[in-house]
Amino acid sequence: MDIAVLVKQVPDTYGVRKLTTDTWVQDRAASDQVIDEIDTKGVEIALQLKEKHGGEVTVVTLGPASATDVLRKGLAMGADKAVHIVDDGLAGSDALGTSAALAAALATLSVDLIITGNEATDGRTGSVPAMLAERLGLAAVTSVRTIEIDGTTITAERVMDAGYSEVTASLPAVVSVNEKVGEPRYPNFKGIMSAKKKPVTTLSAADLGLDLATVGLAGASTQVVDGTPRPPRSAGQKITDDGNGGKAIAEYLAAQRLV
Amino acid sequence: MSDVLVLVDHLGGELHSSAGKLLAAAATIGTPVAVVVGKPGSAAALTGPLAEAGAAKILVAESDDAETLLVTPEVAALQAAIVAADDVLAILVPPTVDGREIAGRLAVRLESGLLTDAIALEIVDGAVVATQSVLGDEYTMRYKVTRGTPVISVRANAIDGAASPADGTVTTIEFSTDSSTGTIVKAVHLEPTGDRPELGAAQKVVSGGRGVGSSDKFSVVETLADKLGAAVGASRAAVDSGYYPPQFQVGQTGTAVSPQLYVALGISGAIQHRAGMQTSKTIVAVNKDPDAPIFEIADFGVVGDLFEVAPQLTESLPS
Ligand SMILES: Cc1cc2nc3c(=O)[nH]c(=O)nc-3n(C[C@H](O)[C@H](O)[C@H](O)COP(=O)(O)OP(=O)(O)OC[C@H]3O[C@@H](n4cnc5c(N)ncnc54)[C@H](O)[C@@H]3O)c2cc1C
Ligand SMILES: Nc1ncnc2c1ncn2[C@@H]1O[C@H](COP(=O)(O)O)[C@@H](O)[C@H]1O
Repeated sequence: MDIAVLVKQVPDTYGVRKLTTDTWVQDRAASDQVIDEIDTKGVEIALQLKEKHGGEVTVVTLGPASATDVLRKGLAMGADKAVHIVDDGLAGSDALGTSAALAAALATLSVDLIITGNEATDGRTGSVPAMLAERLGLAAVTSVRTIEIDGTTITAERVMDAGYSEVTASLPAVVSVNEKVGEPRYPNFKGIMSAKKKPVTTLSAADLGLDLATVGLAGASTQVVDGTPRPPRSAGQKITDDGNGGKAIAEYLAAQRLV
Repeated sequence: MSDVLVLVDHLGGELHSSAGKLLAAAATIGTPVAVVVGKPGSAAALTGPLAEAGAAKILVAESDDAETLLVTPEVAALQAAIVAADDVLAILVPPTVDGREIAGRLAVRLESGLLTDAIALEIVDGAVVATQSVLGDEYTMRYKVTRGTPVISVRANAIDGAASPADGTVTTIEFSTDSSTGTIVKAVHLEPTGDRPELGAAQKVVSGGRGVGSSDKFSVVETLADKLGAAVGASRAAVDSGYYPPQFQVGQTGTAVSPQLYVALGISGAIQHRAGMQTSKTIVAVNKDPDAPIFEIADFGVVGDLFEVAPQLTESLPS
């Protein structure tokens, strides 16, 4: 069973993340750029399925030249090869444009399963997996916390807002993982060394036959009107509990008319 | 005025609280039109409440597929609804896992721009403009759609007020789903919601972190919450340690809350936790580490043992 896993480079959530105040795009210089944690979990699930069922795992990203780092991370964890969609004309793509480019690349791979995160930590649109399924004419099994594959049948537990459901679908399909799917493995030294030798294919918008009028910032279907940074929040009063800390909070809440 | 389609979230013959909120959001920009997708017979109980909640028209799309197939019936029904409605200005969906998936598929089918998690809607120069709170509520952004009919998921809890009751004229619409590429729902397990307010909508939230130490000891958090009439939340570390169920996680990858009062017990205040609660009006924190980052944003902080402070607070509150 051949699997493609999508991995995205995002600003590190452990640091302060900024937008540029002129064009309101991500200020890449303000943050470390890392592989999104949810995608390391996607790679983990792909590797577990490969260990059970055989086949090849390809990591796929759409991003600037620096995004090769996240592909290397996936290769170091154990993926076999990588595809990097990189083109200045694709910078600033919205979910529609991103999904168009990713779908075009995935169509060339003819894999049985496409694994993604349920939601990227930067955009948080949580819609790329469904868009890919729609574009490729596949079933989408989204937000899963468990997944089993038997022959061509996928069985999964899907996390919803109010609980979870048991769902099934047939391969080929798109599966998006929920953060509760489990912890990812760490790449070991051997993995990191061998990742350097694994093949990375780069693809441009032209290679994928994409119409530049519908992708990238210029072809985006959504546009920023304006933006405002949140006013900074400052610390208030801090006391050390002397045996009356609980009472002190109660008094504070009463003074604030919160009780 | 143009029609604004609202996909109605419902379960077991009752409307989800988001339905009224989405109709209220729709009313701020156009004529609210409810779209009900369900198994045959399921809409009858909903039309009265929908009219009461402001639906001028109700488009009913019923099919057996709606119960067994995941989201693709809703996508097909919304496509049919666009044809049945007049001059559709926007399509609003709930901010749920299902809603976002429906929105994604629909945006591709319509070649329309998609905006997620809108907290307000307005018309500016004839175009729909949606406000979003992004990057862990660090920025408030306004966006518009430049292609197609805007598909917008709306953070229902952020919408204030309700629409005035309307006619709720019912029309039945037909749709068909291609089940060959569908995902089949075998069983649904709902977590008991209990009597506490819903986390995302609550005016008060009391959350516990890894500092609570065990699932049994989470009763300290619950007892305080109940005295305050608050919802209970948890940090990711508390959830991942099995102290509290996942649907109560607050933060970057959990629920974003913005209550009048947020009380953090034994939570360090990691940036990803703050991303989901830092727009709360008043923040109170109890942590035994004086350097815990939660104190940087707390309006009132107590450095101390939560097992001493929280029970005393519960005791001291008027009943
Ligand atoms: C991509 C990503 C997404 C994430 N999303 C979320 C999210 O949605 N929500 C979230 O919460 N986290 C999230 N995290 C995790 C986050 O980084 C932290 O690990 C987590 O918030 C820590 O939880 P905590 O404060 O309960 O635990 P800790 O950081 O371990 O803090 C426990 C605190 O309890 C205090 N304490 C211990 N005992 C007591 C006592 N008896 N009395 C008083 N205080 C006590 C300690 O001093 C300490 O400050 C995310 C991380 C990543 C990478
Ligand atoms: N530019 C990208 N490159 C690779 N994968 C992506 C990209 N954008 C989104 N994805 C995948 O789609 C998932 C959901 O993203 P989103 O819909 O943007 O929240 C992510 O967790 C990734 O797995």
